[in-house]
Amino acid sequence: MITTDIGIIGAGPVGLFAVFEAGLLKMRCHLIDALPQVGGQLSEIYPQKPIYDIPGFPAVNAQELVDNLMEQIAPFHPTFTLGERVENLERQADGSFYITTNEQTVVHCQVVVIAGGLGCFEPRKPEIEGLEAFEGKGVAYMIKNPELLRDRRVVLAGGGDSALDWTVFLANIAKEVTLIHRSDSFRGAPDSAEKVFELANEGRINLILQSNISRVSGNGHLQEIAITAKDKTVTNLATDHLIPLFGLTPKLGPIADWGLQIDKSAIEVDTTDYSTNVERLYAIGDINTYPGKLKLILCGFHEAALMCQSAFKYVYPSQKLSFKYTTVNGIPVF
Amino acid sequence: MIHLTIEDQTGDRQPIEIPEGISLSLMEVLKASEYPILATCGGMALCATCHVAVLEGADALPPINDAEGDLLDTLPDADADSRLACQLRIDETINGAVFRLRSN
Repeated sequence: MITTDIGIIGAGPVGLFAVFEAGLLKMRCHLIDALPQVGGQLSEIYPQKPIYDIPGFPAVNAQELVDNLMEQIAPFHPTFTLGERVENLERQADGSFYITTNEQTVVHCQVVVIAGGLGCFEPRKPEIEGLEAFEGKGVAYMIKNPELLRDRRVVLAGGGDSALDWTVFLANIAKEVTLIHRSDSFRGAPDSAEKVFELANEGRINLILQSNISRVSGNGHLQEIAITAKDKTVTNLATDHLIPLFGLTPKLGPIADWGLQIDKSAIEVDTTDYSTNVERLYAIGDINTYPGKLKLILCGFHEAALMCQSAFKYVYPSQKLSFKYTTVNGIPVF
Repeated sequence: MIHLTIEDQTGDRQPIEIPEGISLSLMEVLKASEYPILATCGGMALCATCHVAVLEGADALPPINDAEGDLLDTLPDADADSRLACQLRIDETINGAVFRLRSN
């Protein structure tokens, strides 16, 4: 088990800067992020895009800002659990929390700060009746180990890059590959699309265009799908696996079940300290909402500073907080 | 003035008027008009929560850019008339268009 003062969910720019503000008050932090690297959206979505509204930086590349934040917080030795999603939050008798991830990592902390940005990116699911009943029984939304599909009949659905790339890859592994796409063309990745059309012409994959999957059936495990074409004709296809690849969409995830006041996928907070309605639980950055909220990194930085002043009382209940300037006192080391 | 018509998920149609020269996307106008769209990603063509169908005026709109096209291709329920409201600017190209909200 990892023991720390503040458990921060989300290692984007706001979560990272919270480590600095906490460090000034001698509070240690552990950060957890579902992504395999720090930086959140900045590193994952737009690392090379310039940001123009960070005070003191006329322009800074997103990844450079993340690198600078990591350098800025290094004196406070934050620890990280990356590539794991927080699943559960459990209050202890003394008010502290146990945070548990999907890999069963446990973090014990006095205060939890949610700096989750847009939330977790989860697979987008198509609306097919009964689909969820076959999840893990032939239906999956991502391919973790392609070897499990060797010599099997596989149906992929979707028209984005990942549907095209996996179709090409699985053509050499699976017994039978079928790609179903609702349109008759692919707008992204022309190289992959060309390869898919080539494989279809060679008879190495089945390409079914202008069609959608309308039904799934089986006896405990997926056995057959029904495909409805644009002209309403329905064809049945026997298969072992169905993998809908419709991209990822940001969702709040398990956070939605923690008893927090939520408005339109954002957590309502008190702007005096960015606390939520659950004691010792704070929300900062893009994931929170309050009257006048702006989803800006600089606003998240401000929220992190005020949050730490408030969280101090839970980490050091017997101490009085005195406000200090870094220019006068420098940075404490621990 | 730019004139638009929005059909919500219940089929109800309402006109919207927006002053010309305002630098907004259709997504921002929909949010400001309190339509129930999340716009989670804030306009980066990532979440598709501002998915709309263009019922009238599609030809005058600017073509679909790469980011929008990539996302529309990945959606399970996009059609030939699908667009992302966050990628459509409020200017003369959109004047007179009719949109239906597609997001849940």
